[in-house]
Amino acid sequence: MQDVRDALYIGHRSDGTLTRRPMSPHLQVYRFRLSMFLSIANRAAGVAAAAGSALGVCWLNAAAKGPESFKKVQKVTRHPLGKLALVGWTLALVYHFVAGLRHLTWDAGYRFEKKEINEDGPIAVGVTVGATVVLVATIFGLAACRSRKKAS
Amino acid sequence: MNATHTPRMDVMRSQLSRARGLGSAKTGVNHWWMERMSAVALVPLSGWFVLQVMRLAGSSQEDVVEWGGKPANSSMLLALMVLTFYHMQLGLQVIIDDYVHGKPHLPASLLMKGVTFLIGLFAVIAVLKLALAPSRKASA
Repeated sequence: MQDVRDALYIGHRSDGTLTRRPMSPHLQVYRFRLSMFLSIANRAAGVAAAAGSALGVCWLNAAAKGPESFKKVQKVTRHPLGKLALVGWTLALVYHFVAGLRHLTWDAGYRFEKKEINEDGPIAVGVTVGATVVLVATIFGLAACRSRKKAS
Repeated sequence: MNATHTPRMDVMRSQLSRARGLGSAKTGVNHWWMERMSAVALVPLSGWFVLQVMRLAGSSQEDVVEWGGKPANSSMLLALMVLTFYHMQLGLQVIIDDYVHGKPHLPASLLMKGVTFLIGLFAVIAVLKLALAPSRKASA
């Protein structure tokens, strides 16, 4: 052991014998692949979906509290920035859902070959974008129709 | 001791107890498994939630109260909230395990658990308030 930092690389196998654990090359060493982006995007989407859910709970609480609180929340959801946040939340939820289904498929032992993963990646992106656009268009469309009906 | 002695960590545990103890965390694959199980449960619940959002988009507070007062809706919503925040807590724990090392790991984990628990509790209370509020139809 030449360097004291090597101590951090000592691990032991399940039979108790010592071994030097491997070190991963730094991220910059690798060529960019879609699968690496989709992997970290799933984690980021999970965090974004969590943050959005916290805001969703605020909406639920406002509905339980009364009409005045609900109007305050509607001010936020009808503001362009609020709408942008809702679109972002939808995108994060949809992607986390799609990537989660892929993870469950892998866990069940399917589509886990390198070739299959590289085939499915672009499909996951397509499904995510498509489903997000359809959901956002439908939900905002329905909301606009309903509030127009009430106004007239 | 023979000459070809390999370095060895002496652990005061039998091989059987090692296998049974499921590693240093004592919980084995429980965390991983519960993450998958809550994910599986959230698939149909999320589908239901999307349909409900379409139903409620642009609704007034009275509509939401009426919707939340129906036992079928509040049961599904309650299940969705509990599983969402449970799954969230499990997922965020993995992120903390990956990126926060050393002493800050425990306080970071506790803070995350406390915050997700409280927001989840907040959601549950809101759903219960909607569910148990006196029906407007009965009072009118």
